Amino acid sequence: MADRAQPLSPVPGIAFATVVAVAILGTLLAVALSAETGRGLGPPEWAAIRFTLLQAALSAALSVALAVPVARALSRRRFAGRRVLIALLGAPFILPVIVAVLGLIEVFGRAGWISTALGWIGLPPVQIYGLHGVVLAHVFFNLPLATRLILQAWQEVPAERFRLAAQLNVDGWAMIRLIEWPMLRRIVPGVLAVIFAICLTSFAVALTLGGGPRATTVELAIYQAFRFDFDLGRAALLSVVQIGLTLAAAGLALWLGRGGDFGGGFDRAVRRWDGARWSARSLDVAWIALAALFLLLPLAAIVIAGLPGLADLPASVLPAAVTSILVAAASTVLVLLVALPMAASVALRGARGVELAGLLGLAASPLVIGTGLFIVIRPFANPLALALPVTALVNALMVLPFALRILVPRARDIVARQGRLAISLNMQGWPFTRLVLLPRMRAQIGFTAGLAAALSMGDLGVITLFASPDVATLPLQVYRLMGAYRMEAAASAALILLCLSFAAFWILDKGGRAHAEA
Amino acid sequence: MLKLEDCVVQNGAFTLSADFTVEQGARVAVIGPSGAGKSTLLEAIAGFLQVTQGRILWSGQDITAQPPGQRPVAMLFQEDNLFAHLTVAQNVGLGLRPDLKLTVSDKETVEQALDRVGLGGLEARKPGDLSGGQRSRAALARVLVQRRDLLLLDEPFAALGPALRAEMLDLVRDLAQETGATLLMVSHQPEDARRIAGQAIFVAEGKAHAPQPTDRLLDDPPEALRAYLG
Repeated sequence: MADRAQPLSPVPGIAFATVVAVAILGTLLAVALSAETGRGLGPPEWAAIRFTLLQAALSAALSVALAVPVARALSRRRFAGRRVLIALLGAPFILPVIVAVLGLIEVFGRAGWISTALGWIGLPPVQIYGLHGVVLAHVFFNLPLATRLILQAWQEVPAERFRLAAQLNVDGWAMIRLIEWPMLRRIVPGVLAVIFAICLTSFAVALTLGGGPRATTVELAIYQAFRFDFDLGRAALLSVVQIGLTLAAAGLALWLGRGGDFGGGFDRAVRRWDGARWSARSLDVAWIALAALFLLLPLAAIVIAGLPGLADLPASVLPAAVTSILVAAASTVLVLLVALPMAASVALRGARGVELAGLLGLAASPLVIGTGLFIVIRPFANPLALALPVTALVNALMVLPFALRILVPRARDIVARQGRLAISLNMQGWPFTRLVLLPRMRAQIGFTAGLAAALSMGDLGVITLFASPDVATLPLQVYRLMGAYRMEAAASAALILLCLSFAAFWILDKGGRAHAEA
Repeated sequence: MLKLEDCVVQNGAFTLSADFTVEQGARVAVIGPSGAGKSTLLEAIAGFLQVTQGRILWSGQDITAQPPGQRPVAMLFQEDNLFAHLTVAQNVGLGLRPDLKLTVSDKETVEQALDRVGLGGLEARKPGDLSGGQRSRAALARVLVQRRDLLLLDEPFAALGPALRAEMLDLVRDLAQETGATLLMVSHQPEDARRIAGQAIFVAEGKAHAPQPTDRLLDDPPEALRAYLG
């Protein structure tokens, strides 16, 4: 309502939203203008498009297919450690991709645990590079996400329905047909679309486990055109293709899905009376155990492989770690500076434009933005000299949609409940921000900062485009060590990266929650 | 004197008209069916809703265009009258300085106000540690230090039990008497209106009627009020 007095001005948020929109749309425009359309799309480009769609579809399908039984088991069993396990399902979100990839190589690689075990019984080792490796890593990251989303839907089935089902003595297939199948039919398409969209723009997985003519994604092809051939026209053309794919997938996801929720609500297991038979129980236990093993083994492998090498790390690791911390800090500050005023604007006015500007980050992949920024910066300065600021900026843009998702509901609640009181006390503007908004949003600000810092710390995206040989963030350094076949040093550096990411998240999130009032 | 001159307030699809005066120092109950526009009336006087037509005057001065914080108005809402993350003393202090930069004498004023409402010694508590009655008292202490001429109550005691509510209303009456403030309070309970308000404004069917003596209104209610009172 426009005629209602407000405790804050929405103008700064609208201004920031405009800057964000101009930055993202401007770089996309720069990309589009530089695209070399003369040659059109050749066979390599079509192969990249086919592979991108294939791996994203397979990853989404497998993640969801496995997530359904795991979520079902988690929803109807209560056991010690259930809450920890569900919290752990949120961890891959802030887990650096390069760390997970190294962990997966330790377990599933040619010289990994499984290959070794197969060797004992005389079987050939498994191979991780190529399509199935890319899909494996994507399932590792997205199975937990899918499980959380589906579990949430399961928890939202009204308890009365399960009580009614218990009175009618419904069990097994009848339960699935009556209650669970309709619920799944409603939620699964959205989850599939979200994961499909995520896998479409994933870069670091394809960079490390893909490659070659038969396993190159569009995102990876941009990198190769840029880095190996320095063919900006082709990189831009591929970027336009990627924008089209991303927009289509993001549109599909927004249309089908209700999106993820980072909040709680997982504490209770639904009280159910079915599935008490021995066979059903052991099946549930098996699913939960398998999922937990699949998530924990690669992390354990990194710790085991990384610990011995910690004593004599290559000299390049420490400066890279410091660089990563600085980039993460800058990116975090940037996200908060932009997201808080934007969240306030949305809360005050329900400003749709501001919300849309916040979502733009989802529509552009890091390498596309990177290519665009390179094209924009080049006439004025040497882009390679700006590698770190650009990385911090792009990371901030990528986190912005998540930041708004966390901050907006709380800001809305505060303005709705205490806006009038503040206005009647004449505490508009800065006093309201300082005395009410910021203190009451501490928990959400801490959570946002934790996510931003951890994601930026672990990011291996745009930095690969811009970095000159003497500059590296820690993830890039891990990648370079891998490329030099120094796997033990890579594992040690990855272990440090893992600790830094989780520590950054833990400290900031905890700092926000300490003494925070409801 | 509070004067509403041919006022029309628009709140979504709902329209309320008001044209009346309230004497300075009067205590007036605002009664009427749910959804009739009692809160809308108070929000318009407080400045949260802009009138689309007419003028609002206080002591002859036009306050129609003034923002809420600068009107001579202190208002208590149904809930959320305190900031949960600030101490009782800070909550009261906001009535003096919205940026909480309190001088020594400001702090003394806060302490005196808390003593007056019976919360002496609880300055450092947070609202979550207080009982419902104590929270109401803290909000009233802030009203006291605000020293505004007009006090608007939008049922801030609705969640309290009958005895506690009566106690709070007596405190409100005493405070209004001491400060000379003019009081407008929304009420769903006829006995509350009789208890502290000499006059009552009846709101129904999109119109706020001029104040009249509470006893006369309640003893011989018009048709719409009779249906509401049952």
